[in-house]
Amino acid sequence: MNALGITSFEDDTALIDGLGEFRPVPAISFLGRYRIVDFILSNMTNSGINNVQVYCKEKPRNLFEHLGNGTHYNVNSKRGKLRILYGEKPFSSPLYNTDVANYVLNMQYIEADPNPYVIVAPSYFVYSFDFTEAFKQHLDSKADITILYKTTDEAKTSFLGCDVITMNKNRRVTKMEKNRGNKKSRSVSMEAYIMEKKLFIELVNRAASVSSLFWFKDIVADVLKEYKVYGYGVRAYVACVNSLSEYFRINMDLRNRDVLKSLFINDWPIYTQTNDSCPTRFTETAHATGSIIANGCLIEGNVEGSIIGRNVTIREGAVVKDCIIMTDAYIGKDAKLDHVVVDKYAIVHHVKKLEGTDEAPVYVKRRDRI
Amino acid sequence: MRSNNMVAMILAGGRGTRLFELTKKVAKPAVHFGGKYRIIDFPLSNCANSDVTTVGVLTQYESILLNAYVAKDPNWGLDVKDGGVFVLTPREKDQENFEVYQGTADAITQNIDYLDSLDPEYILILSGDHIYKMNYASMLGYHKIKNADATIAVLEVPLREASRFGIMNTNKQDRIMEFEEKPAKPKSNLASMGIYIFTYKTLRKYLVADAKNPKSNHDFGKDIIPQYLKDKRPIYAYRFKGYWKDVGTIDSLWEANMDLLDDNSELDLADPNWKIYTEDINALPQYIGPDAHVENCFITQGSVILGTAKNSVLGTNCSIGKGAKVIDSVIMPGAVIKDNAVVTRCIVADDVVVEEGVKCGSKNSEHITLVAKRATKE
Repeated sequence: MNALGITSFEDDTALIDGLGEFRPVPAISFLGRYRIVDFILSNMTNSGINNVQVYCKEKPRNLFEHLGNGTHYNVNSKRGKLRILYGEKPFSSPLYNTDVANYVLNMQYIEADPNPYVIVAPSYFVYSFDFTEAFKQHLDSKADITILYKTTDEAKTSFLGCDVITMNKNRRVTKMEKNRGNKKSRSVSMEAYIMEKKLFIELVNRAASVSSLFWFKDIVADVLKEYKVYGYGVRAYVACVNSLSEYFRINMDLRNRDVLKSLFINDWPIYTQTNDSCPTRFTETAHATGSIIANGCLIEGNVEGSIIGRNVTIREGAVVKDCIIMTDAYIGKDAKLDHVVVDKYAIVHHVKKLEGTDEAPVYVKRRDRI
Repeated sequence: MRSNNMVAMILAGGRGTRLFELTKKVAKPAVHFGGKYRIIDFPLSNCANSDVTTVGVLTQYESILLNAYVAKDPNWGLDVKDGGVFVLTPREKDQENFEVYQGTADAITQNIDYLDSLDPEYILILSGDHIYKMNYASMLGYHKIKNADATIAVLEVPLREASRFGIMNTNKQDRIMEFEEKPAKPKSNLASMGIYIFTYKTLRKYLVADAKNPKSNHDFGKDIIPQYLKDKRPIYAYRFKGYWKDVGTIDSLWEANMDLLDDNSELDLADPNWKIYTEDINALPQYIGPDAHVENCFITQGSVILGTAKNSVLGTNCSIGKGAKVIDSVIMPGAVIKDNAVVTRCIVADDVVVEEGVKCGSKNSEHITLVAKRATKE
């Protein structure tokens, strides 16, 4: 595909309490062994995009470590290129740290890319999708811009703050507004756009000159009359990780194998970085049901309906129910956890009980000891 | 090779006939172990962890899969500028007939040009079919201190079992005075592990001489080492302490897998400072179903467990159906145990299907049952 892949970042409607303090949303771990960014990057390389730019809002360390040169995402080491880009100069206010501002600052790398098209998609959406289909439709329809959207009946609780679009019967987008959760059925913009690179550069420059606070989606909303902007409906599983409760819900939903199979589809590998952990050891005292468990763990206690990351230790007598336990966390003897998100390297020790709810799971900080 | 001037040569041509169908299509070093590994991952990872970064792998029997597998040297971090994994198979040569490797020493002799081009000071000879963790850099340090021409890694085995091994009789300084292959009345309990460090210059002379000897078996244990001893060359025994297993039979392969479930076992695959690396297979984390029962198991990613797994080692992307029971067994990657099947004291080979309700193996069997093809109800 002759398109440059641009992985954009979320605006401030996406706020992951706790988890988001330590890393950008794309670097948050997901389903035990993945990071959220793995999905969009795998979608791009699986679709035959070999040049990918990953824009990072802040705290790039985590992304550098995880993405490397991209060979584990199947980015060709000679013919392809994965770049991690960010504003190298500090912004006078975080408000100015928009996607548009970052594109402007790195414009030379966008201009220098030989591909005539761009596919822009944010890293905080989780789905498996072949861009070649949408790209073909984009060319056939002679659209200026194609926006991917997902029709959902869950707009009251999910996709809050996302853009929702209205289309005429030819799927031309006529209106774009924020989802404030007041209607059940909506067509949610996935903030994924296909267009000529020339137009992309023009819109970026225009957005920058209109307002320093403009995001790319704002300028798209501004030009709906001027340009032919069409929607492309995505039927696959789509989730947007924009709050801690949504992050929790999405992980929990994926314990259902039918949902899991709708995100991880055959012949569409989701790549991630290997950690060379050994298999997980369950001892004679272990008990596990309805869970998704990564490698390298030692399970001595009870695990029910939970997502367990790499190299986690769960000691004898501990009960971990409906929890997300991240890499290298330690759950001590007899601790009882229910609806808890335990961040990396945290140690939960000598605690009788931690209990959260679906809407408000308890969050245990990175490297915390309790 | 820069860091220690030592090249490793892994002898990986063996068929492993006592593994029966497991080695019908692949060489023994490529046989699966411990859920996610292949046997050859152990010497390769040991090399990488010991900073031995130039590794020749000598293959012969059913080598297509093995050659392709080891050639992906980034999997073990061996893709360095001045090193890498090199697949060395027997090949046709100018002025010579095409001949397969005649013995362990001949395999090295046939690649003498390759070794000369690397010009190493030391050469490390390894076997591709043992399970163990060992620091070859420490062994090289010992070789240098002892000013040895050759150093052989040895394991102290119970004296009653010593007649199964090649036994080294040493003096007080651990210099090897005598070598006996499977002696009826062993004088010592130091068993050769088939791991040698040679000073290359000396070895080269012996290899060239041995190649000209029509009576020779061209074997390190039978010919080269005895000749060194005859010439009173300094050979030392390097005492290895820790886990080491030759997984030559179905029973011993099963036992070595079961050792992973033993908390007292010296083989610790979870040690972050000496990881065993392997192929990076794209797979989901393991899925444990709502009605599953998992007890005393070693389970790797991609496994889907809907039934019961007890005292077992489960490989990448294997699945255990509803109501199925897997007990005291090794399930290799991609194997499918369908609903209500019962597998007891078995090794189920990779990608093999055990059909619904079929029973394999038995609790009281003397030997482990190998399930190497689709198991159906008769």
